[in-house]
Amino acid sequence: MDTVHTTLLKDRLLELYQQEQEAIRGKATPFVNRLRKHAFSRFRENGFPETNQENWRFTDLTPLLNTEFVFDFSNQSRHMDVDKIFTCDVYDLDTFSITLLNGWFVYKHAPLTQLPDGTIIGSLAKAMEVYPELVDRYYGKAVKTETHTLAALNTAFVQDGLFIYVPEGVKVEKPIQLINIVNTEYPVFLQPRHLVIAENNAELTLVHCDHSLTHNISFTNTVMETYAGEGAAVSHYKIQNKGRNSALVTSNFFHQDASSRLYSNIITLNGGFTKNILDVAIAGTGCRSEHYGLYLVDSNQHVDNQLYIDHREHSCYSNQLYKGILDDEATAVFSGKVMVQRHSQQTEAHQNNHNILLTDEARANTQPHLEIYADDVKCSHGATVGQLDPEAMFYMRSRGLCERSARQLMMIAFAGEVVSEIKIDALRERIQHMVEKRLKGELSICDQCMLHCNSKEPTTFNIDPGKL
Amino acid sequence: MLKIKDLSVSVHGKIIIEGLNLEVNEGEVHAIMGPNGSGKSTLASVIAGRELFTVESGEITYLGQNLFDMPAEERAREGIFMGFQYPVEIPGVSIANFMRTALNEKRKHLGLEPLTGAEFLKLMEEKKKMVDIHSKLTNRAVNEGFSGGEKKKNEIFQMALLEPRLAILDETDSGLDIDALKVVANGVNKLKREDNATIVITHYQRLLDYIVPDFVHVLYDGRIIRSGPKELAMELEEKGYDWIKQEK
Repeated sequence: MDTVHTTLLKDRLLELYQQEQEAIRGKATPFVNRLRKHAFSRFRENGFPETNQENWRFTDLTPLLNTEFVFDFSNQSRHMDVDKIFTCDVYDLDTFSITLLNGWFVYKHAPLTQLPDGTIIGSLAKAMEVYPELVDRYYGKAVKTETHTLAALNTAFVQDGLFIYVPEGVKVEKPIQLINIVNTEYPVFLQPRHLVIAENNAELTLVHCDHSLTHNISFTNTVMETYAGEGAAVSHYKIQNKGRNSALVTSNFFHQDASSRLYSNIITLNGGFTKNILDVAIAGTGCRSEHYGLYLVDSNQHVDNQLYIDHREHSCYSNQLYKGILDDEATAVFSGKVMVQRHSQQTEAHQNNHNILLTDEARANTQPHLEIYADDVKCSHGATVGQLDPEAMFYMRSRGLCERSARQLMMIAFAGEVVSEIKIDALRERIQHMVEKRLKGELSICDQCMLHCNSKEPTTFNIDPGKL
Repeated sequence: MLKIKDLSVSVHGKIIIEGLNLEVNEGEVHAIMGPNGSGKSTLASVIAGRELFTVESGEITYLGQNLFDMPAEERAREGIFMGFQYPVEIPGVSIANFMRTALNEKRKHLGLEPLTGAEFLKLMEEKKKMVDIHSKLTNRAVNEGFSGGEKKKNEIFQMALLEPRLAILDETDSGLDIDALKVVANGVNKLKREDNATIVITHYQRLLDYIVPDFVHVLYDGRIIRSGPKELAMELEEKGYDWIKQEK
């Protein structure tokens, strides 16, 4: 039956693509529309990913697609006053803040802002009108629509999202904060598209918060492509704190030129269904590529992190560290692949995934994978799925700590290895606080998160250490 | 303070301690000596509350309460402290955070207000001085990457903070050089009061040059086969354990 429904949604999308062609195309550039057409054919051929595909073996989309989604091809939220429905409460975090509401850029002041140093931040839809050559020069170059069918779907329907352009040599001091909000009365299917460009020797930090203000069903199929030019430095933080009816798939495609530094840290605090795909092409020598992730999931939440680091050039360094704590019937998947191409000598690549299961029902599937074709490399990988150390537990109890406190301290310490890698002080302190609250069962998706929401009743999730 | 009567303990069906009797009163220092495998560490673990062991028979009362009714953490809050032979590494958990939690859970149990961060830090500095720890040990993760000596010093530091009524030091001297041994012994001596007691478990007489016991007990095959004044330790050192075994 499920397959039938999935097919229904696919058919519906194929239909909508034809019917809504004019609205979807909007003022996109001819190049973007050409890619759209091509990507549409890919999606028509391949459909939604299925569990017989290696990267989707433990992540089944089928039940999520079994919903009567509403599609919104014209921007209804452009003039909504988002300040009325939330404020971000990360203290001391001075950011250039922008908001996407239901996949559309919110015109707070202007659709596009050009800073005095030439940096452009704003709506992708608007950027296609104002800076078509710039968009066309980068758009779609890193996105693998042939093999990533959801990225193909996004490319077929692309309308709006975030656009950032940092010119050569410019260092954007303030982090750029993207707040991605889903707030609707009905089940929605959203496909935001982000394009981030750091020219040679440019620097930028993006803090990307995914949030839902509603308990309604939503499916967000995001694609983000990021270019780091020669010597550029791009940091990407992602904080996911979504309701249990939210499904969020984010396909991140990164392209690194020589001597660039890329850093990502994905903190998943809550989310009914979350899949993060990171595809990194290291296309120049002397690059650094560091990727961290932490997931804290309970009830029947599911989180899947899929990384592919492609060392195409020699003398580069990459590191992956993903850690997770799973309670109840929560499930997690980590599949990390490091590819070292034949001539990529002097590559150093590390990959680690560690999981703590608090119940017998929680499951973690971890697949670290190295594929090495060069002979002068230094690579390592490791994965563990386990419980907290009983010796440490007794040691702590013998000092008077109850089991619950001992577990909390150990879990906070376990998570701390990823949190301590956050390089922005205010953000790190805030995340540390949220992680501690989350592990003490005090974090609600509305009350104690990055965004403060007044209107909806809080949903609390509880990782209960007493269950171990 | 501590009364052990006819205690028999097994692990995985194997009897380790058989019919052991011991009484420890306030203000006393007891040394328990014995060859490897005689049951010394098992005795310490059973008093501390490790669930690995099965009590086959006998009883232990501590301050008039049945010890077996209390889980390990409650024993600790009531004033029992075990210095581990092999202190456990707890990655990522700072000693400060760990000990503040421990101390405040104990205070809560005793009906006292928790210490604030500032109060705790002040206390921690006092205790560091008291046990001659000058390093930044306390900001590091519990025992992580510590040398053998640092681990044992850290045990004594924790003991100083928790101020136990009954401390059991399980081979705290093993693997220590003479300087570290002195630091450990000085700490124990400074912490001695009229109303507390210490059980020192050791293989060698060496530690007893610095911590002078009121009583020495020889544990062999799960039983105390001989008790005497501190001179017994000297005699043991001289003649070796075989002497006692033969006498038995």
